[in-house]
Amino acid sequence: MTVRKPYVRSMEGWWNRVPFFRRYMAREVTAFFVAVYGLVMLAGLVRLSQGQAAFEGWLAQLRGGWSIALHVVLLLVFMYHTYSWFEIMPKTMPPVVIGGRKLAPGTITGLGLAAAAAASTLVLVIAWVLAR
Amino acid sequence: MKHSNQAPFWLLFGAGGMVSALIGAALVFLTGLAGPLGLFGPANPITYEHLVAFARNPLGGLFIFFVIALFLWHAAHRIYHTLHDFGIHLNAFWWLCCYGVAAAGTLVALVSLFKI
Amino acid sequence: MSSLPETRTIVVEVLRYQPDKAETPYLEKFDVPFTDDMSVLQGLQYIKDHFDGSLTFRWSCRMAICGSCGVMIDGVPSLGCKTFMRDYYPKGFRVEALAHFPIERDLVVDASDFIDKLPRIEPWIEPKLKKPLEQGEYLQTPAQLEQFESFSHCINCMLCYAACPQYGLDQKFLGPGLTALAHRYKADSRDGEHPARDELIHSTEGVWNCTAVGYCSEVCPKHVDPANAVNQNKTASALGWFARVIPGGRR
Repeated sequence: MTVRKPYVRSMEGWWNRVPFFRRYMAREVTAFFVAVYGLVMLAGLVRLSQGQAAFEGWLAQLRGGWSIALHVVLLLVFMYHTYSWFEIMPKTMPPVVIGGRKLAPGTITGLGLAAAAAASTLVLVIAWVLAR
Repeated sequence: MKHSNQAPFWLLFGAGGMVSALIGAALVFLTGLAGPLGLFGPANPITYEHLVAFARNPLGGLFIFFVIALFLWHAAHRIYHTLHDFGIHLNAFWWLCCYGVAAAGTLVALVSLFKI
Repeated sequence: MSSLPETRTIVVEVLRYQPDKAETPYLEKFDVPFTDDMSVLQGLQYIKDHFDGSLTFRWSCRMAICGSCGVMIDGVPSLGCKTFMRDYYPKGFRVEALAHFPIERDLVVDASDFIDKLPRIEPWIEPKLKKPLEQGEYLQTPAQLEQFESFSHCINCMLCYAACPQYGLDQKFLGPGLTALAHRYKADSRDGEHPARDELIHSTEGVWNCTAVGYCSEVCPKHVDPANAVNQNKTASALGWFARVIPGGRR
């Protein structure tokens, strides 16, 4: 009778083993950037509460090269967050039956992305209208 | 068997994720690029006067609060679990690093809004 | 005059583990002649028949219904009988035992964690409505069947466990396949109360270990969509959490 010696393999670097896992990690890592932007907005809010001089100082920093570069990166990451969020959303929902047929995951994702486009446009339009 | 208490954090993660997925990119563009670079021309929403008026408005203030708070709670939950994915052993220290920052940020946002 | 299928040769690299011969696993290459209709399982059988009789692997039906032949092919959890060597020509491919399980020998894993967890989800129907045989069958509409049918297709092949990094990182997790099976019953209109099953699903061993990677559903040979089963139950669990915590709420 052979002696059993089950061999347990390491999980190190598991997220880099297949493209699927790399995409998952990219999705999860967007959270670090959401945190950064949340803190940037918070900083802006604190400066706003400290009066005009403080806020003008903050605006000057926002106009700086580093801030612009950061926000370009943040913009790209947030767009990936939007895409990956609605990509996984169908997996989290019970079957949606419309007219006797189950809604396909791709349809749900498409509707989500359309909603994001509409909501984003609305935010920019409202901001512009309020400033006029 | 321990009952899991992740539910409230997951709901905050979901709400924050949904809001940031719908309007996050637009807000980044507005507050970090279009505003500072003056892409709106003379009608720039990102000025002291406009933002104070917006923050003082009950709806505007609520919007600012929820956006900041939900983004922080969304990020905290996802980052906490991503640390685990990277092989870091989760403990009270890491829990506080993540959720503690979200809680502190929420409080600071609330206090700041009342000061405006 | 019919033409014979063309025979080519492909390099099959196998992760061997023979605990009586060596401390750790090692890779071994074989040059396997194949025709376009041959599966990876047939390749392994060829190796065993012609090169090394000690090559150890599980298989049975060779038609993707018994769930025995799960292996990692180039790092992807796959059924040996459902994957074809022609798709890896000329580069060749690597075969390893299913990930996230301890290797017993060569391509055979210790599946006891999965087997031990199976009865804990109470995979049977407790009739919600008890009625005697004379009153006939329990009726179900097509819409009611739709709610759980895909989750009943699981063949217990454990590819989803090999795909799930959360299970790989922490085996306390019930895992995708068994949560899908639990959901098959939960979503079945005929099934009544299962407090033990619910407690398991909503515990720290249950659905909250899932981070919606989704690879489980990607690799499932029967399109069971375990990711969906797990994540549907997160919402149910979240609502249940509030019901428990709010005074006077349902426990």
